[in-house]
Amino acid sequence: MTLRDIIFKLLGRQKTSASTARERLQLVLAHDRCDLSPELLDQMRREILDVVAKYVEIDIEEGAVSLETEDRMTALVANLPIKRSLVTTSSDNDETAS
Amino acid sequence: METNTRIILICSGKGGVGKTTLTANLGIALARQGVCTAVLDADFGLRNLDLLLGLENRIVYTAQEVLEETCRLDQALVKHKQEPNLSLMPAGNPRMLDWLKPKDMQRIVDMLSEKFDYVLIDCPAGVEDGFRNAVAASKEAIVVTNPEVSAVRDADRVIGLLNTHGVKPVQLVLNRVRPKMIASQEMLSVDDVTDILALPLLGLVIEDEQVIVSTNRGEPLTLTGGNSPAARCYSNIARRLQGEEIPLIDPSKQGSGVRDKLKRLMQTKIF
Repeated sequence: MTLRDIIFKLLGRQKTSASTARERLQLVLAHDRCDLSPELLDQMRREILDVVAKYVEIDIEEGAVSLETEDRMTALVANLPIKRSLVTTSSDNDETAS
Repeated sequence: METNTRIILICSGKGGVGKTTLTANLGIALARQGVCTAVLDADFGLRNLDLLLGLENRIVYTAQEVLEETCRLDQALVKHKQEPNLSLMPAGNPRMLDWLKPKDMQRIVDMLSEKFDYVLIDCPAGVEDGFRNAVAASKEAIVVTNPEVSAVRDADRVIGLLNTHGVKPVQLVLNRVRPKMIASQEMLSVDDVTDILALPLLGLVIEDEQVIVSTNRGEPLTLTGGNSPAARCYSNIARRLQGEEIPLIDPSKQGSGVRDKLKRLMQTKIF
């Protein structure tokens, strides 16, 4: 948002068309670049959570998987808070036994 | 075969943004700088490069006959009379599109690179077969776009495809820039477009009525060495391609009057 946009807003006038163009392009390009529908993204998110849940206990409520685009690179970003590990190594088992 | 020839694809995705005009003007500008340059019309469906160069009446053979081996390469090449360093390889018949494959395009570009320092390929609009054929033969690319949403969106798609084909470097030319509209924020600025597309800017071309006059005559602006705004922009782009360092001037940041300064202040991005 530019200084002019803010003054326009205060005056109750429409945003400049260049600002609108910029915002519309950023949205449409984020979608064009990953070429992934929201349904597919959600399905992928659920499957990733399932796999991770086999190894560690995660906070499903807090977990988020999203696509982020920066400098033409689209990244799959997963933020999964781990509560505790589910896999115990053999040495761990020995210790608990003794 | 590996040569030092620079094989540059001039593409845009969207039609009508100025690919052919840029190809013609860059070709002439490079030739005037003394480099041996070939321009290849890869737009077999809707060829126009011959017309912009004023060579439409001198075509005898085309890329089609060269590929069919019914004529030699130099028989098909049309040398520009005023700028003999520039030659045009005309596009063949649109029916060629039925059988033309990327390897055919590669063959003709290989032949041209034996003779020339620069091969500029005028790419057809779209991202279908014509584009794929042309991209297969290219080493580097110039993406032409306008400061308009549809042109920028299509350019973004083309840049993605160029990346997957391993074409690099890919540089940007922003065409038909209207400094006054940018100053009043009714047109995407140069920074907006380079930020969104994340490409290095090779140059910008100011909107200029003289471009239409020059296409009417079939004499690219760079040919007459005229001093119209677009002519200067085109020659600067050619010189930058040659490695000269010529500063990029953002037209919306020009002017030292109070009005200009106020307009620039209004463009300040707050968040």
